[in-house]
This record gives sequence, C-alpha cells and structure tokens, in this order.
Amino acid sequence: MADAETQREAVLDALDNVAERLAEEKEYLTDLDSAIGDADHGANMERGFGKAADKREEFAEMEPNEVVKNVGTTLISNVGGASGPLYGGSIMFASQELEGGITAETSVAFAEAYLDKVKDRGGAQVGAKTMVDALVPAVHTYKKSIEQDDLPPLEALAKAVDAAERGVAFTVPIKALKGRASFLDWRSVGHQDPGATSTLFILEELLETAEEYLDGEVDRDARAEDAVGRAE
Amino acid sequence: MIGLVVVSHSAKAAEGIAEVAAQMGGGNARIVPAGGDEDGIGTSPDRIREGIEEADDGDGVVVLVDLGSAVMNAELAIEMATDSEAVIADAPILEGTLNAAVETTSKKATLDSVVERAEDARDYRKLN
Repeated sequence: MADAETQREAVLDALDNVAERLAEEKEYLTDLDSAIGDADHGANMERGFGKAADKREEFAEMEPNEVVKNVGTTLISNVGGASGPLYGGSIMFASQELEGGITAETSVAFAEAYLDKVKDRGGAQVGAKTMVDALVPAVHTYKKSIEQDDLPPLEALAKAVDAAERGVAFTVPIKALKGRASFLDWRSVGHQDPGATSTLFILEELLETAEEYLDGEVDRDARAEDAVGRAE
Repeated sequence: MIGLVVVSHSAKAAEGIAEVAAQMGGGNARIVPAGGDEDGIGTSPDRIREGIEEADDGDGVVVLVDLGSAVMNAELAIEMATDSEAVIADAPILEGTLNAAVETTSKKATLDSVVERAEDARDYRKLN
C-alpha cells in the first residue's frame, strides 16, 4: 500500500482532474439535462467540484479518508438539487470505508458503500434512467475483477469504466422512472441521462489519475466512444 | 413543543405555507420555513439543517417536504443535525403542515402523533 502522503496526493489529483473535466463538460452536461431535466447539472457539478478543488490547501494536512469526506461535505453544500445529496452525501458516507487507507480491498468497499447510498437515497434501481445505470455495472465489474479475477486495481478500474460507458449508452433508449425526467414519461426515451454521464466522466478521471499513480496504462476494451458523444 | 420545518423548492412557497399553518396553530406553533437554495429554486441541506436546529426546542422536529431533492436534502439535513431528533412526514406539504401545526399545539403531542396527523392529509379530497 502506498504511504498516506502519496494516497492523499492521489486523492487531491483525482479531485483536480474531476473538477477540470466537469468544467470542460459543463455545456455538454447542461445540454443533456435541458432535454430531460432542469438544465442545471453541468453548472451544479462544475461549481461543486470546483469549490472542493479550491480547498486543496485546506485538505493538504488531512488523512486521505478525511479529504474524501470533506470533498463530500463540500459537494453537499455547493452542488444543489438532488445531485448534492446523491454525489456529496454518498461520497461522505462511503469515505468511512477508507479509514484504514486506500487499498484494493477498501476501494471495493468504498465503491459498494457509495452505490448503496445512492440507491438508498434516490430509490432508483437499474433501468430507471439514472446515474445508477452507470454505477451498478461499474461497481459490480470492479468488485468482481478484484475479488474473483484477482486483477490489479488499475485493470479492474479500466473494466469498470468500460462497464459504466455501456451503462450510459443503456440510458438512451429507455424511459425515465425516477427523477425530474420521469415527469416527461415517454418523451424521455432517446435522451442520454446526465447523471449517468457525469458519473462516467468522474470514473474516467479516477482511472486517469490511477494510471499516473499505479504506473502504467491499460488498454480498455473496444469502446463506442462516439456513442456517448462527449465534448472534445 | 414539537417544531415544524417546511421544505419547498420555492422559498416563497415555504414561507407562505408556514404563514397559513401558523394561523391554524393559533400562532403558538413553532414553524420554520426552509425553502429554496442559493440560486433560487431548489432545496439546500444546510438551510434545512439550520431550520431543524431553529425549530427544535428539545422536543424534536417534523419536516414537511415537497418533491424529489427536497426529500433527499431533508434526509441529509437530518443526518447532519445530530443534536436534534427529526423525522420526515410523508404528506402533502400544505395540508400536512396545517394538520401538523394543529397537532403540535396539543398538550399530548408527540413526534409520532404529529407525523400521523400530517400523514392523515394524504387522503384529503377537495371535492365531495
């Protein structure tokens, strides 16, 4: 296991990368959200993660799990809407799994705790056209890759990102059953879910950061990059 | 006395509901509106937590909510307000708050009885 200082640096870099990515994708997320929501997802995510990234110096003396927890509370206070509790509240809750440091094992526990909290708080299951559709495949794939297949964390995370990407694509042709989009009923079919999309972006940045720290790149499975249509 | 917190996406709606309910409670009920967020329409866990702390005189608080994120942010606020006992009533926000306000002024009111009265409002019909 990397020492606490390296872990903290990795968490802070991940935070920076996520904040930067969400700022880049702000308009894209807003476009997705204006089709089936209230057009604030891009701005909300940019603001929340931006505020958290601004606290880098404040976080510099904390244990890695404390940094993660404080990212959560910062999101809760700054993201707004349902995303505050769903992203921030779940990160805050799951951070307790990292108390003993970040290892392959605790990262699985973190991912599961995060998923459980999102499902519990939002009440959505797979197929409701929400962030859960990206999270469930990602977390299940990550857990299985680590625990059953004994893959190194970097490879497991790469598989998880691929799984999330397929989950995002799955949100397009289905009807929303939860969240603001569900009020649109059949009109929500054909649109990609913004929450699943931002979840994928976050996971991609975690992978990006992990590649820097865990030394090495991994080939991801053939991906339908265009199908998700991110801003470049 | 049991306190009430009214959580709507609109600060004005929360204030208006609190105003109507305060009248029903004979002016004695402890009702705190906690609507809107920093940007206007929305709900804020920090605002709701402050509302819970303000409404609580030690007897506990019942939270009335409108939709979606109001429920999630109220849950989160309750988890954050660790010094207060607070529960959400699964009730229509206006009618539920009115019922709850009346119940809180009863000498025998408990958290359970206030929640129950608020939730009675689920069955109200407007036309016979």
